[in-house]
Amino acid sequence: MKIKKVLVIGSGPIVIGQSAEFDYSGAQACRALREEGVEVVLVNSNPATIQTDKDTADIVYVEPLTQAVIEKIIEKEKPDALLATFGGQTALNLSMELHRLGILDKYKVKFLGTNAEAIDMAESREKFNRLMEKIGIPILPGKVVKDIKTAKEFAKIGYPLIIRPSFTLGGTGGGTAWNEEELIKILENALRLSATKEALVEKSALGWGEFEYEVIRDSQGNASIICNMENFDPMGVHTGESIVVAPSQTLSDNDHQMLRDAALRIVHAINIQGGCNVQFGMNQETGNYVVIEVNPRLSRSSALASKATGYPIARVAAKIALGHTLPEIQNAITHTSAAFEPSMDYCVVKIPRWPFDKFPKTSRIIGTQMKSTGEVMGIGRTFAEALNKAIRSLEVKIPKDADLKEEAHLFPPTDLRLFAILKCLRMGMKIEEIKKKTKIHLWFLRKLAEMVSLEQKIHSTFKYEKPDTVLLLQAKRAGFSDSQIGSLIGKDEQKVRALRKSLGIIPTYKIVDSCAGEFEALTPYYYSVYEEENEAKKLGDNSIIVLGSGPIRIGQGIEFDYCCSHAAFAIRDLGYKSIMINNNPETVSTDFDSSNRLYFEPLTFEDVMNVVENESPKGVIVQLGGQTSLNIAEKLSSAGATILGTSIDGIDLAEDRERFRELAYSLKIPQPDNGTAMSEDQALEVASRIGYPIVVRPSYVIAGRAMEIVRSDQDLRCYIHEAVEVSDKRPVLIDKYVDNAIECEVDAVSDGKEIFIGGLMEHIEPAGVHSGDANIVLPSMRLSQKEIQTINDYTNKISRALGVVGFVNIQFVVKEGIVYILEANPRASRTVPFVSKAIMIPLTKLAVRAMLGESIKKSNLTPRSTFAVKSVVFPFLKLHGTDIKLGPEMRSTGETMGIGRSFEMAYYKALLAAGIKLDENKSPSAFISLADEDKKIIPKLAALLSKLGFKIYGTLGTVGTIPGAIAIPKIGHGHPDVVELIESGTISIVINTPTRGGGAHTDGFKMRRSSIQMGIPCITNLSTAYELLNAMDHLRKKDLEVRRLDEY
Amino acid sequence: MKAVLALKDGTIIEGIGFGAESEKMGELVFNTSMMGYQEALTDPSYGGQILLMTYPIIGNYGTNNNDGESNRIHPEGFVVREHSPEGYHINSTSSISEFLKENNVPGISGIDTRFIVRKIRNEGVMPAILATSKNQIDPKKLLERLNFDYSSIDFVSKASTKKIQIFGKGNKKRIALIDYGVKMGIVRQLVNRGCQVSVLPSSLSSSEILSLEPDGIVLSNGPGDPGIVTSAHRTISELGGKIPIFGICLGHQLLAHAFGGNTYKLKFGHRGSNHAILDLEKNKIAITTQNHGFAVGNIPKGFEITHVNVNDKSVEGMRDKNRNILSVQYHPEACPGPHDSRYLFDEFMRMI
Repeated sequence: MKIKKVLVIGSGPIVIGQSAEFDYSGAQACRALREEGVEVVLVNSNPATIQTDKDTADIVYVEPLTQAVIEKIIEKEKPDALLATFGGQTALNLSMELHRLGILDKYKVKFLGTNAEAIDMAESREKFNRLMEKIGIPILPGKVVKDIKTAKEFAKIGYPLIIRPSFTLGGTGGGTAWNEEELIKILENALRLSATKEALVEKSALGWGEFEYEVIRDSQGNASIICNMENFDPMGVHTGESIVVAPSQTLSDNDHQMLRDAALRIVHAINIQGGCNVQFGMNQETGNYVVIEVNPRLSRSSALASKATGYPIARVAAKIALGHTLPEIQNAITHTSAAFEPSMDYCVVKIPRWPFDKFPKTSRIIGTQMKSTGEVMGIGRTFAEALNKAIRSLEVKIPKDADLKEEAHLFPPTDLRLFAILKCLRMGMKIEEIKKKTKIHLWFLRKLAEMVSLEQKIHSTFKYEKPDTVLLLQAKRAGFSDSQIGSLIGKDEQKVRALRKSLGIIPTYKIVDSCAGEFEALTPYYYSVYEEENEAKKLGDNSIIVLGSGPIRIGQGIEFDYCCSHAAFAIRDLGYKSIMINNNPETVSTDFDSSNRLYFEPLTFEDVMNVVENESPKGVIVQLGGQTSLNIAEKLSSAGATILGTSIDGIDLAEDRERFRELAYSLKIPQPDNGTAMSEDQALEVASRIGYPIVVRPSYVIAGRAMEIVRSDQDLRCYIHEAVEVSDKRPVLIDKYVDNAIECEVDAVSDGKEIFIGGLMEHIEPAGVHSGDANIVLPSMRLSQKEIQTINDYTNKISRALGVVGFVNIQFVVKEGIVYILEANPRASRTVPFVSKAIMIPLTKLAVRAMLGESIKKSNLTPRSTFAVKSVVFPFLKLHGTDIKLGPEMRSTGETMGIGRSFEMAYYKALLAAGIKLDENKSPSAFISLADEDKKIIPKLAALLSKLGFKIYGTLGTVGTIPGAIAIPKIGHGHPDVVELIESGTISIVINTPTRGGGAHTDGFKMRRSSIQMGIPCITNLSTAYELLNAMDHLRKKDLEVRRLDEY
Repeated sequence: MKAVLALKDGTIIEGIGFGAESEKMGELVFNTSMMGYQEALTDPSYGGQILLMTYPIIGNYGTNNNDGESNRIHPEGFVVREHSPEGYHINSTSSISEFLKENNVPGISGIDTRFIVRKIRNEGVMPAILATSKNQIDPKKLLERLNFDYSSIDFVSKASTKKIQIFGKGNKKRIALIDYGVKMGIVRQLVNRGCQVSVLPSSLSSSEILSLEPDGIVLSNGPGDPGIVTSAHRTISELGGKIPIFGICLGHQLLAHAFGGNTYKLKFGHRGSNHAILDLEKNKIAITTQNHGFAVGNIPKGFEITHVNVNDKSVEGMRDKNRNILSVQYHPEACPGPHDSRYLFDEFMRMI
């Protein structure tokens, strides 16, 4: 049967373990399917995805990814087939559920590509292990268990043991147990989290080398290895948490072919039809290997492999799913056949980006469960070059050697292990000794040691006045940045740059072509090196550079990549040539055909300016890549780059708190009382002037970093001492915190003359919750016409005063009829994709037009009016020891969108998509425990809960006065206490507003953590909860609205 | 140590010398395998050539006593972007630099190898001279000394064994392997399949070969231009139809010449471990190891094409069912490279 219509399921909001890579693979699949004349129906709840654009799929649903929703879509759209393997574990699990429930059979929807039986074979540990035994592939001794007793029996084999729950994402719930106590603790959790309530307990191969093979196979059994990769961090660290190098560096051809043969035998036996990732552990002392696991779908690793080799795995896998064979499919890069194995003539290094800066209380130890939110990739002709590029792409503050207790990071490893090793080498530790502690392969350690000795040579011998050109070139070829060299010789970056250029040491650019130069590549994907030939001849006079946003991190996620990708498309549509600079392998923006040219480079001043000088573009767009690109705008401009859009002075006017305060004052726009302090005493002075509560933060912030609400002198002293460095160069900003106010924000686009307000969004939660963590509704619900008018008026005034050309995002609070301005960001905000989808106007396209000097023709723009809600997801499940209460510091990783013809419908769906889901199979019961200041709402809340049929439990202080409610004793004061109650599975939802300043020892903290571990919705904000219950009340007996995006 | 590589077109590249202190000439070719440098270096087919590895970091796992395809290095020189000063592998016995030195072969590293690859891709393979020295090297004089014509040299007789060698002694099936520069991988595959393999000098006449009463004949890989080895053409034509024959690489090309087909020189050859061929009989692909600068143009009468290169559709395999001859352009023994094509040895076993 010819496939005419295919349903593609996306991966939902960005969470740890499932990031932008599935937008990349899904979008590539959509394009590949449409090329074949297939009509694509796409569903995803994440609005900040290219795949949910009308240009990518024929029919788009931005709806929660639940079985009921997908069934409705299937019923309505009647697709012939389903593509389950392009949306991560989310889509895979959902598709398997639909299959098991018989829904796919009912509507005659077939699995495209790797089918359900094959997926089950790969994912079910028991079946997989049996298959491996049958085909003679070694596995680690292990046992699939459903209970603790069996596991204890198996544990006689000896610790450490690895616990892996079946069917979970990013190793969630897995871990390494060194003794029985740990085994029980990890296993209990693992069994709970596994979709099939089973887990594999297996002997640990801790310290072995870890290798990955990306395989592609068609329905005829043709297969090839796209990329093999080696983990710098040996077994025991999840591959998503490891530094990964491609191709493998320490395997001989014999070793490699042994693993390659095994990988092929495995994919044939499973009957993979598409992409697949096979992981091996290898004891490099004996040459023995075992297969660890197989991912029968596109994965984070396949995205990395695609970007590392230039081979578009998702595209080819999609064509295979339609029944094409490998030799028939064309390699879009060289226009030769897709049937080959890419050869690299460079080396890539991937480093994960961890969110520990946002979660100071969580353990930094990395292991079998993912904690990182994103990753970067560096490309170089040497390992050192690739590694150094990746390190500076991370945009993290590298601790000074003096501040780093190296022994605390070597083993068990933390995110800082690489830097600890470098410190050890600087102190003269032998690589053999480091190997003993870390088990890292000597080859890698030797390369690091070479880097360190080069550092020391530069430090001790390099004379700025009498420069050694050979040594400087050697440093650049080892990937050292100008500022790194500068710090070794006591000069600043600009000095080194000037010297380097005067000596003619400038980078050349090479192409990533999938074939090591054997064929001519038609897709221009470049990286810098310091070598002979420059393959990147200037693209032309009408090129525009777009600066990307780097790794996915909390506060700067996929939303920014969405904007950058849109800009690249828009630039081309407008007749210019687009050049992208970015270093994130997971994204659409780094796809080979998103731009006319891609430079895979760090986003530092040096690396970007080098590209600017190579291309002399018409201009550079800095306002779409979040704070990453904005932060280097001024330096780029001073070095001669033309910045498009809002001027450097306009950017500074918005970013510099002092200047902005004066601006608002001169425009007569009210702002919360505020002040700046350069010392502790000054801070106390300002606080006493404006009165507590206050919001404090360091200047030049990104996503509320280190921002806190402070309510007393004592807390303020504490903050100044613990959270920030304060000095005259690093002042602390202090604002009056406006209590119980409505927070709202505006995304607007201006061409310098007209200003188009894309949306005025209102936060459900009161001011004080970071806008990135708040649930947000568009249009505003509670503001008066007059307040809206005032906000529009202020937006116009501020935009004009800043000279905005392109995007501006302005945040306000409204209290008692007064509109206060909080801040203006002269860039695209994270809500741009959400607003664009809600109003059905692509704002980025508009902003790019404005930046290129065209009029935005506001009169032609008619925003759609519907209700849209943005909700968020948090990484608390994976980050132990972290309290889940919300504050001015952003902590969410991703977002969802709910759209409806009523607010309630939109709100309910957004939360549902974010995982706030009540188990429909049991009679609902709520546990409530509120802070004193929230208690006045108890009667209203209780009435609503009763109306919805909830049985109410709570702390005595909260539910004591509610008739029929059951008061539960505090922990340690009787049974069952609150944690026991939650763990017994009785509770369907926890509503708990935390008291201030509570630590990890409080009942509240334990209650919140246990509900997270149990997977029970736990809402810590009263507004969030009240609106949810309210929505549920409204929607009773109403069907969930499921419509095409353009049908609202 | 200093090193200079000078190309026929006048390009001069200065780098870091490693391996032997020496000066050598050859045809400059590139190989795109990311691993397997030791197997490549010991492959006799690289005789008369200077080998450039496109993968930039070479020597990571050193060299060892097991991975050699012959007992010495065959290329005249070795060109890499970076060489690892030490090999880190449980089997490693010496570093890449020591290995080259032991074989008196010079190496150059620290240079823009991709630039050279692109030059060869655009202009074709070309003669080059590589010198390494502790002293200054005068590039101009070096270039003046470059005087090399690959197609005029009979590399086969240099590479072939001087006396008959027997492997798998006492095994049941007797294979006569005519050595034009054989890789040990081929011998191992045959021995593993229960063959007694007699590796024969290429100068042996057909009657001498037939007198050994072999069950099957294997024509090995080897270096050089297949068109100039006319004595081999004659010997092979005399053997055809009498005993089943399996030709590999140069052996495949010689078969074409022996029965009236021809070969032509490729612009820059196929050297690597990543090309797919399509088996027309099975309608399936295999990823193959390739190392050839010539290809079969017209296949001889009586033959049919069995395998083609997926990219340029060049002839990768042919068969003559009547005379029981099978041959492939690529390397089913791999070493280095994928094992996808080892089934061809099984097929040959079925033929004999």
